[in-house]
Order: sequence, then C-alpha cells, then structure tokens
Amino acid sequence: MKLRFSIIFLVINLLVSSIAFAADITGAGATFPYPIYAKWADAYNKQTGVKLNYQSIGSGGGIKQIKARTVDFGASDKPLTPEELQQSDLTQFPTVLGGVVPVLNLEGVKPGQLKLTGDVLANIFLGKIKKWNDPQIASLNADVILPEKNITVVHRADGSGTTFLFTDYLSKVSQEWKDKVGADASVSWPIGTGGKGNEGVANFVRQIKNSIGYVEAAYVKQNKMNFAQLQNADGLYVSPTEDSFRAAAANAQWDETTGFYEILTNKPGQASWPITGATFVLMPRSPANPEQALNVLKFFKWAYINGNEMALALDYIPLPHGIVQLVEDSWRTNIKNKDDQVIYSIATK
Amino acid sequence: MSQEDHLADRTSKQWRYDVLFRQVTRFFAFFVFSLLAALIISLLIGSMPAIKTFGVDFIFSAEWNPVTEKFGAWVPIVGTLVTSLIALAIGVPVSFGIALFLTELSPPWLRRPLGTAIELLAGIPSIIYGMWGLFVFAPFFAEYIQPWLQNSFEDVPGIGFLFEGPFMGIGMLTAGIILAIMVIPYIASVMRDVFDIVPPMLKESAYALGATTWEVVWHVVLPYTKAGVIGGVMLGLGRALGETMAVTFVIGNAHQLHSSLFMPGNSIASALANEFTEADGELYTSALIELGLILFFITFVVLVCSKLLLAQLQKHEGKIT
Repeated sequence: MKLRFSIIFLVINLLVSSIAFAADITGAGATFPYPIYAKWADAYNKQTGVKLNYQSIGSGGGIKQIKARTVDFGASDKPLTPEELQQSDLTQFPTVLGGVVPVLNLEGVKPGQLKLTGDVLANIFLGKIKKWNDPQIASLNADVILPEKNITVVHRADGSGTTFLFTDYLSKVSQEWKDKVGADASVSWPIGTGGKGNEGVANFVRQIKNSIGYVEAAYVKQNKMNFAQLQNADGLYVSPTEDSFRAAAANAQWDETTGFYEILTNKPGQASWPITGATFVLMPRSPANPEQALNVLKFFKWAYINGNEMALALDYIPLPHGIVQLVEDSWRTNIKNKDDQVIYSIATK
Repeated sequence: MSQEDHLADRTSKQWRYDVLFRQVTRFFAFFVFSLLAALIISLLIGSMPAIKTFGVDFIFSAEWNPVTEKFGAWVPIVGTLVTSLIALAIGVPVSFGIALFLTELSPPWLRRPLGTAIELLAGIPSIIYGMWGLFVFAPFFAEYIQPWLQNSFEDVPGIGFLFEGPFMGIGMLTAGIILAIMVIPYIASVMRDVFDIVPPMLKESAYALGATTWEVVWHVVLPYTKAGVIGGVMLGLGRALGETMAVTFVIGNAHQLHSSLFMPGNSIASALANEFTEADGELYTSALIELGLILFFITFVVLVCSKLLLAQLQKHEGKIT
C-alpha cells in the first residue's frame, strides 16, 4: 500500500515537473551569483509566471553546458576571451559586480586598520613574508603594533571565481607571482591551508590566530570580519565598499565588441577597489530556440531595472546604468535568429 | 480436471516460476557486475588524456598545478592512505574494546542502549561530522591537544617530526581522528555481532578451564570470529578511504607534502569534491577522473589484501601456536 502510494506520488511529481519544465528558462554555472539569480527568479516568477531554473554547478560546468547548448544560458565568473567566444559562437555580458577582500585574524588590529600593497600581499601569499612584523608590512603600518607571529595563509580549496580574481590581481601587481603561480580558478598555492567555499575560508581565518585569507566582499560584511585596506592602481589606500567596487567598474573600458572581456582588477581611479569583478552570462549568438533566448533576455532586462535593491540586499553591486545600455546594445548586435533578425526588440529605457 | 492433471499443472507452473525467479536474480547479479565494469571503463576512458600525457609519473609526482596543467597524484594518495591509517590505528582498538565490553562484560540492561547508541553514530551523515570537526573539535584540538602532543613528543626521536608546526586545529591528524570517530561505529557493530555468534559452549569451556576474560577473548572468541573481524575492519577502512565531506572540512586541502601531521594535506576524495565543479580544460578534468580511478584501485588492492590475509590465516588454522 505504502509502495503503491509512493509510486503514484512519484509519477505525479514527474508529470508536474515535466510540464513546468517546458516553459522554464534554464541556466547553469557560477556559484557566486546563485543567490541573486535565485532571488530575481523568484520575484520574476511572481510577476510574470515565467520560471527560471538555475543550477549553480560552477563556472567550468556552466561553460561546458552552454557550449553543449543544453541550457538557455551559462554563467561564469571568469569571462571568456573574445577568441573563445568566437570559437563556440557565444556572446557574453556582465550581470552584477562583487569584490574580493583580504581578511585577517590579528589581535589588536581593528578592521580596516591594516594597510597592504599588492606587492606585499603577493609576497605574503608566496610565503616570502613569514611574520606579521616583517619590515615590508611594518613600513606601511607605522601606527599599528604588529606581533612577531608567523602568518598562516588561508586560500580556497575549491576552484572558484573568487580565486581567479584574487590571483589575477596578484599576477598584475607582482611579476614573481605571475611567473611562479599565475591566475586561474584554482592554482598551485606555494603555501597555506585550503578552506572549502567562502564560508570555509572565513571560518579558518576566524579560527586560526595570525592568519590571512581572502573572501567575497559579502562575507566580510555578514561575518563582521577584520579586513585590510589595499593600495589601488592610483597609489591610494581604499576600503572595500559599494562605492569603491562601483568606481572600479566605472573606470573599466567596457567594450561590447570584445564581449565585455574585462577583468576589473587593478583598475585606475582614486576610489577604485583593486580586486573587483563582474560575473557573466553566456548565450549562443544564434540560438536554436529564439523564443527561449528572448525569455532569457527579458529576464535579465527585468533584473537590470527591478533587481538592484534585491542585489544590494544580498551585498552584490548592480551594474552602473551606462553599462546596462551597452549590454542591451550588444544583445541587438550579437543575438540573432536563423534569418539574421535581431531577437531582442525591446526599446531601451 | 483430474487430480493428476491438477498436480501436473501445478508443478509446471512452479517450474516456470522457478525459471523466472532464477533468471531475475541472475539478471540482478549480472547487472551489478556490468555496472562495475561500466564504471571502470568510463573511468578509464575519462582519464585517458591524463594517462597519455603524464604516464606513470602521474602517480609519483607531487605537483598539482591547474595553471600550467601539470598534475600529479602523489599528495592526495599519501593523504588518503595516511589519514585512513590514523583512523584505523585509533578506531580498531577502540572498536575492539567497545565490542568486547558489550558482549562479554557489560551488564545485560546496558547492552541495548549502548548498542543502539553506536548504531545511531553510524547513521549520522558525514557532513555533520565535518561541521562538528571544523567548528567544535578543531578549535579544541588546537587549544589543548596539539600543544600537549608537541610538548610530549618533541624530543622523541623518530616521532617528534610528526608533531611539528603551528597549532591550526586542522590538518592530516585532525582528519584522521574525525575519520576514526566515523569508522568506530561500523567496526564496533560488526565486531559485536560476530562476537555474539560465538557458541557459548566454547567460551564456557574455556572459562571452566580457568581462563580469564582476556584469555577467552584472545584465544577463543577472536580466532573463531577472525573472518568477521577482518571484514569489519575492511568495511571501516573502505569508508575511511572514500570519505569526502568530513575530510574536506578538516584536512586543510593543500597540495603539499609535509612530514608533520599538524600540517594540511589533501585526500583523493576531498580533491575531487573540491575541484570538479570549476575544473575547466580537458586535462584538468581528466586528471581528476584518474584520481578517482586510483582511489578505485586502492580500494580494490585493500580488498584483495584482506582476502589474502584471511586465506593465510585459514591455512594456519588448527595448528598449535
């Protein structure tokens, strides 16, 4: 009896989900934007009845899925290069911004009190600076009493866009880092301990005395962690704030002809936070199902207009308005149906 | 219909059912076998690019660099084996003690609650162990146990190097200890069950000859149940080798070789869980799949070794020791 009941239940479930599946927008990829995409999807569903099914399987998986065209859109924290886009006939655009912040556990130092340059940060993660009172750190922080304690380095254990931004920044500011380690979603770390996910790193840093790590900006705020100020490309020390992330995005040379291939690390501008990044959506240039593609574009258009508050509430930074317009222009030039007609035909507001 | 016809009909029906039943069970058995074969084949195909690129070096190289796409499995292999060995070194004696107490020494009213408690431990999802390990055990370990271990063993030659380094609370030793806690319920409940089936007559005879409890267990119970005991230990080892979530939380996930057990390392299962999602590029994915293949192989070797050990033990059976 029980068995029969559960079989019936299963069949009904399958039926219902397959019916719903037909109209759903499907996406897969990066874990970083998952909370905001889910939030947007929920609100969008309530307004329009269109469902979005986003699977946060990781950027690598998202790229694979969209290349195989098994989803309507893919998502990645690491933009594809214009050549890669060309090869797989894809187009990409940014959706929201975030930042990566060095966090530390150091007794007697207040949040934001410690100042670091990119070079010093790279040397710490290379294992060349071993103690907190090293002259390289001390000379930047004359007003802080630094303990003579060994530094424990914490990094991400899993591959992630956060690591990509962080290592990309270090590669830009330190030649040695570039030569020895390089930039990728996961790298061969010279030293340190790996935590799983932002939570893992945040936890290790909180637990291990005299440690330093890096997390997504939202985690710093939510967990009230001790963070360091960084020197930006203009030579000024900045704190990781909404404004400093926006400043970095505003100072980037966004260009839709290169598929917005733009990594927002070490950008010029007095207020720019040096480790900022956008997360991207990937779509086919000539989608097999134009209607479905239009649904995706409508969703993101809606999100650009109505989703900013939701994004801020979850500690993401919405794209500056000018960039949104560029994105819409790129939809018109890039995404076309079989007869070379523009799929996206909503007027820009 | 005569009675004979009826009987014949019945037998033929039974015969048909019998055949059907045999076919169905045979299908199930072969299904498992073909599933296993399919798994190995797909792992082999998946890891081909890595096997072609790195060859045997893959196993012995300690380098793991996704940027330059140079991969070697030595660090995770060592990490997997070391943490599992620590788990067994702690888990087997403790489980033996638990089983011994439950079957021989415990007052009858205590057996059921204690036994149930141990079985409950086996049912806890591994991620709970991981979280407990990270949030509760690791800070405690770093604060109290690690300094004590380092102080006590620092000057002991041959062992001291195992306990060097800063007190982080996470690392190979922590992973081993968490694994030990996870495998204890498995090994203990198997041991208890096999100890229970020893015929009372054997034990009573030994007691009647004046043997102590220890002597009865060592000379009567253990030899009688060795196959089951080894089976239990292997079950525990199997779980320790393949455990993923709990290890990921506390092992430190660093592709580095350290002589100290306080330092972070990596295990095969943990590396797979961490890196699969964002592994881009054919070679990276393929290297991870080859790691899985190696884990498969290690488990297989462990199984073969335990069978050989059993056969060896059986050979000596009945001889005076």
